[in-house]
Formats: sequence, structure tokens, C-alpha cells
Amino acid sequence: MRMRNLVATLGVAALALTAAACGGDEPTTGGGGNAASDACGDLHKFDVASGVDVAGSATFTKIKSKGAPVVGVKADQPNLGYKDADGKRCGFDIEVARMVAANLGFDPDKIEYKEIPSANRETAIAGGEIDYYVGTYSITDKRKKQVGFAGPYFIAGQDLLVRKADTSMDAGKTALKGKKVCSATGSTPIQRVKDEQLTEASNISEFKTYSECVSQLLDNKVDAVTTDDAILKGYAATAPDELKVVGKPFSTEKYGIGVPLADKALRDKVNSILETSASDGTWKKIYDETLGKSGSDSTPPPLEKY
Amino acid sequence: MLSVLTDNWELFVDGFWTTLRLFVIAAVLSLALGTLLAGFRVSPVPAMRAIGTGYVNVVRNTPLTLVFAFLVFGAPKMQISLPTFFWSAVVALTLYTSAFVCEIVRSGINTISPGQAEAARSVGMTFIQVLGIVVLPQAFRAIVPPLTSVMIALLKNTTIAAGFSVAEAGAIPAVMAERGQNQMATLVWITIGFLILIIPLVFLQRWAERRTAVA
Repeated sequence: MRMRNLVATLGVAALALTAAACGGDEPTTGGGGNAASDACGDLHKFDVASGVDVAGSATFTKIKSKGAPVVGVKADQPNLGYKDADGKRCGFDIEVARMVAANLGFDPDKIEYKEIPSANRETAIAGGEIDYYVGTYSITDKRKKQVGFAGPYFIAGQDLLVRKADTSMDAGKTALKGKKVCSATGSTPIQRVKDEQLTEASNISEFKTYSECVSQLLDNKVDAVTTDDAILKGYAATAPDELKVVGKPFSTEKYGIGVPLADKALRDKVNSILETSASDGTWKKIYDETLGKSGSDSTPPPLEKY
Repeated sequence: MLSVLTDNWELFVDGFWTTLRLFVIAAVLSLALGTLLAGFRVSPVPAMRAIGTGYVNVVRNTPLTLVFAFLVFGAPKMQISLPTFFWSAVVALTLYTSAFVCEIVRSGINTISPGQAEAARSVGMTFIQVLGIVVLPQAFRAIVPPLTSVMIALLKNTTIAAGFSVAEAGAIPAVMAERGQNQMATLVWITIGFLILIIPLVFLQRWAERRTAVA
């Protein structure tokens, strides 16, 4: 009797393990951006500057003692901040992060990347968890109170990603009423949808990452994903037969590099790195190698040296 | 510190109200489903026992986030769809908590002397009557403290729903970060909010223990 019970329990446990394994695979395959062709290619080669010193920068001293910077990034934004199936990172933000590291005198290949969700960025920078952050980080007055921003290095605008066959939102934000909208939890774009009451509160979904929203869009659970056009174009490119960007941007998002608030020396240094990259053509080169592949042209925006 | 709460009062109220709704609905449903599963596990029918055992071992060993992810990202791909993300969260929490409630109820049943059931059966009661009239009422007396612990765990587990598009208390920090508020103060207020929700449960436990105490 005892023995039979034991065998039965083991059998069920084995069943449980297989079932759990199946369940575990599901969300990853459903994560969106799962096209096989989006693997990262070769990264840009930067010359590592030598003898760099940033006087008065506590962060620089910290990076120097570690030998390489810890950089906060996104990992699920194709052509911006992306991590492919092999664990390789690429995109415009990654190249900017590497360019900054190289010009600070550190080998970009040695950067330690940390994926920080949008909501935790200020805490990660203020707490010293990361040295600087490059990940579609919009410069806003509120954030300026907690974080120092170098840049902007790119200007984007909020737009809508919809299913290709769906023409009901071609007019842009005014057509959102009554539609189910998804964006990252607590992000600027979803705050704007709420503040301007572009759709009803019950129609708003918020997930940790944009790829989770894209998955919901592909499953017809939401009608539009909203955030910056630069991010959305990346997703549209991974599923061009199913998704499209409406193309009516309704905001101005200036992407900056987040550094600790008190570290003005580092901010000035990063600003001058960005300035040089704009004038010597490096900016244009790394843009064309990444975001530029979506077909739209761009030029380096003027810096805000506040 | 106080201004963090008062300036964002609406956000806290909305968040905790959703948390409370999630908790109450999931608690009632999981108590019912858990007790039913416990009935399965002690039933004389081998097939029902196997279903009960299988369910408990599968669900209890699956992380709650996976149960959520399965319902929110997996189920739509299999044409199974719940009306809103709130209900997906209720179902996920109920399925998960039921497995734990089942085991607690079963352990309570095991504290009842077999003589009780035998006596009940000897007067001609059916299995359902034995369980419902004789065994379960006595069993619940023994399981008040562990059941309260599982309910407190359920209340805290509701915060996982924030990652799956339910704007409950667990989603407050993300919005507060965007509003540029102090994260430390935000987390302290959320902790206080949960304490306020948990304290009545503790009093309920004491009351139930006193009421059902023997001798």
C-alpha cells in the first residue's frame, strides 16, 4: 500500500515537471520580436582614447577602479537596445554607450550591461548600481531633479504601432478613443494617454516591457502599442507582414544619457563626446548602421547644456 | 514623507482598492476550490484522488509568475481568452492558492480520528455527508492558523499582477517613479497599506480560534 502510494506520487511529480517545463516555454516564444533574422551583426569599431581624466567626477574614479563601466540598457528594443538569441547586444543606444566608454578610455567590449526597466532607472542611477544609462531615456524636467542628462543624442516622437490590416487608427492619436492601448508600466507615453484622455481608463494595459505589449497586440488582446516611434519601428521591422507604425508622431522625446545628478563633470565630458561624434561623422555612421536601416534619415540634434 | 502619500492619494486608493478586490475574490474562490480538491484527495474513488494529487503537485510546484504568464501570454495563443487582465489575475491567484488550501484542508482532515468517519458511515451517511457534516467542520477548527498564513501570502501575491497589466498596489512604484517621487517613501507607504490590510486577517484568526476552541 505504502509502496504503491510512493510510486503514484513520483509519477505525478514527473508529470508536474514536464507540465511546468511546457508552461515555461510559452511566454518566451510569445514575447514578440521573435523573428529569426534579427540577430545582431558586427558592432562598430571605436578607437579607445588613452590618458583620459575627468577631473572631479566621482563616477569616473569608480569606473577606473573597476576597469570598465557598468551601463544600464534596454534589451528588447530592436535597432536601439537589443539582445539577440546568442546574448549579443546591438542597436543605436548600445553603440552610443560603447562610443562613450571608448572616449572615456575604456574598452567598449568590456562594458558590463545591466538591463534596467523604465520604472527603476532613477533608483539605479542614484544608487550607483550603474555608472550611466543609455536606453531611450527621455529628458524631462521632472527627471532632471533626480538624474543628470547628457545629450540629447536623438529625438523621437510618440506614435502608435497597430496591426497591419487595421486602418482605424491611421489618423493618429485622435482615433484612439475606444481602442485598447498598451505601453510600459508607468512610462511617459502611457501617462500622456491618461493625461490627455486619449482613450478610456479601462482600455489601458500596462506591461513591464514593450515586447509584452507587442505580444498582446499580435494576439488581438490590445489594438495599439504606444511609445516612441524609434522603438515601434524596430518592432514593426521584426514582423513587417503583421505590424505597422501609424506615422503621426504626437510628442517630442529627447533621448539623453542618464548620469548621477551630482556628477556635473561626467555630464560635461559626455556632452563633449557627443559633440565630437556629431562633427566628425561618427554619430551618422552608427545611426546608419542601426536605426537608419529602417529607411528614415536623421541628423544629430543640438545638445542641451543646462 | 506624508506629502508623498497625500499628493498621490488617488493613486494609492485606486491601487489598494484593486488589491483588495483581487484578494477577496481570489480568497473566496480558492477556499471553495481548495476544499473541493481536498475532498477529491480523500475520496474513495481512485480517479478523483489522482486528479486531486495531480493538480496539487503540478500547481504547487509551478511559480506563480509562470501561472500568470501562461494565462496572459500563453492562453490567447490557444484561443482561450479571459475578458480582462483583472480576471486573468483572479484566475491565476485562485488556481495557485487552491493547491495550498487543499493541502491544509487535507492535513486538517487527517487530524480527525478515523473512528469519526467510521461512526458516521455506520449510521448510513454517504461520503459527501460524512465529509460535510462530520469531518470538515472539525477539520477547519485545526487549520485556522495555517489557513490565515496562506491568505496573507495570497494578499501579498496579488502584487505579481502588476507585471501583468493589473494596476494594483504593486504597480504604484512604477507610476511614482515616473512622477519623480521618492521611491523609499513610496515603498514605506505601500508596506503600511499592506499592514493595514493584514491586521484584520490576524484579528479574524484570533476570533476564529477562540470561537472554535475545545474545552
